[in-house]
Amino acid sequence: MKRSTFPDPFKKARENKGLGKMNDQNDPVKMVLGHKDVRRCAHNWKTFQSGGEEVGRIVVPSEVHIRDTRQIPFEVDPPEHKSYRDLVEPWFKRPLERDYQIKLTDIVNGVIDEALEKGKLEVVEEFSLKLQSRALTLLLNIPYEESDLWISWGTHVFRSEDTALDGDKANILYDYIDAEIDKAIANPSEDLYSMLLASEVNGKKLTKEEVKGVLILTFAGGRDTVINAVTNSIAYFADYPQSLQRLREEPEILNTAIEELIRYFSPLTQMGRVVTEDTQVCEHAVKSQSRISMCWASANRDERVFENANEVVLDRKINPHLAFGFGTHNCLGATHARQIMKILLTVLTQKVASMEIIDCKENIEDLDEFERKVGFDSIQVKFNKL
Amino acid sequence: MAKITFITSNNETIIAEGTSGSVMELAVKNKVKGIDGDCGGVCSCATCHVHVNEEFWSAVGKPSELESDMLEFDDNVSEYSRLSCQLKVEEVPDGLILKVAK
Ligand code: HEM
Ligand code: FES
Repeated sequence: MKRSTFPDPFKKARENKGLGKMNDQNDPVKMVLGHKDVRRCAHNWKTFQSGGEEVGRIVVPSEVHIRDTRQIPFEVDPPEHKSYRDLVEPWFKRPLERDYQIKLTDIVNGVIDEALEKGKLEVVEEFSLKLQSRALTLLLNIPYEESDLWISWGTHVFRSEDTALDGDKANILYDYIDAEIDKAIANPSEDLYSMLLASEVNGKKLTKEEVKGVLILTFAGGRDTVINAVTNSIAYFADYPQSLQRLREEPEILNTAIEELIRYFSPLTQMGRVVTEDTQVCEHAVKSQSRISMCWASANRDERVFENANEVVLDRKINPHLAFGFGTHNCLGATHARQIMKILLTVLTQKVASMEIIDCKENIEDLDEFERKVGFDSIQVKFNKL
Repeated sequence: MAKITFITSNNETIIAEGTSGSVMELAVKNKVKGIDGDCGGVCSCATCHVHVNEEFWSAVGKPSELESDMLEFDDNVSEYSRLSCQLKVEEVPDGLILKVAK
């Protein structure tokens, strides 16, 4: 097996029962595995709720014990969801602007030049984390130098070596955001904090707590996901130099290639919902107040939808993947994430002849019934100049 | 060369001409409001949803199975719904009229 191969651990359960089961901190989750069922549940926000009373419960593993701030718009249901989402949506579309793309190109050139100079490096910490952090300064519209601090936190702001969730580490981020909000109140600028602090939703000014809720989500939702998308793509092109060569020769497949890499790697495995009434999911009873999750990673390997689902097909034309979610809560950061991937792949084809994986340690998620490879804890790669 | 009329939800009319690529791409180039084309045309985002004017329906044709599965869960779906990224400019009838769904 190549090191960039990411097996599908869900196949059997998806085909036999359509459901998996995970016992997360004694608050079990029924995992919905099939493509159509996942879409149906994501669409049905009344029965499968995001905005229930217990903040943090829809995340798997549950964050009920480590977070009190409601993430916005993620933990809000329609119709309120729309007011918040409409407020932030234009801001999160800024990656489509030329100026943003030029700055992002500088950032990508920076990390790739550094990699070529070093020759050999550990990609997660020295490449992906740096790229993700520096790119986030653009999304927040704050000075580039701020990324140095986020990089110094390391990859595990929310996780430590032995537990999946770590309250102390999460507090570093929450305290930091509190302080930044206070700074923005004292000295308003053109950044996301100030924009939110000056905004109203339904005629009411956003509270500090609400602003914090948007910011926590922006930091948390865009960190591991982007890091895994970038790292895993580097691993893929290292394993398949002919694919990098193909992108060089056929830049017109860039878009399908990005969507396909995102489908195949599905950086966010699953997201939960709280059930509001006794109901059924693929013919299994689920109880009111219990939890389900939509397993995007499993849906994205569903052979009823994707031919050769376990292969990376760079020019896959029809690719209705769910890696960025589906329906109401679909990923707000997708424009930013796609732009990072687009510029990354473009600069790789311009500057890098080939890459070699020297050594790596896989990051395997323990989902009780399943073990899923979602990325790498570390991966040493040698970059060769074009 | 096909001439395509887009009618947006605030009743703005945009007439665009193109020779190649998808109808979604043509709409994005012409800044048609309500057509974003987030996924670049791989049938994964439904931000390119249009209603085909009834007169042109048979010439445009029905969606494929994967496309109609995508449309099934979209708001404002109608019997004339299509994802415009799945329509090729060189294959649609000249004079086509599309109403933007969003
Ligand atoms: C490749 C990278 C990414 C992947 C695979 C990804 C995946 C997802 C998925 C599957 C959802 C749906 C969650 C649900 O239905 O409950 C989601 C929502 C969200 N994502 Fe991402 N994400 C990525 C990058 C980002 C980035 C860079 C940001 C921001 C910096 C971000 C911010 C958000 C937000 C705010 C939501 C909630 C939207 C809402 O509730 O309306 N994501 N993401
Ligand atoms: S552009 Fe995404 S589905 Fe048409």
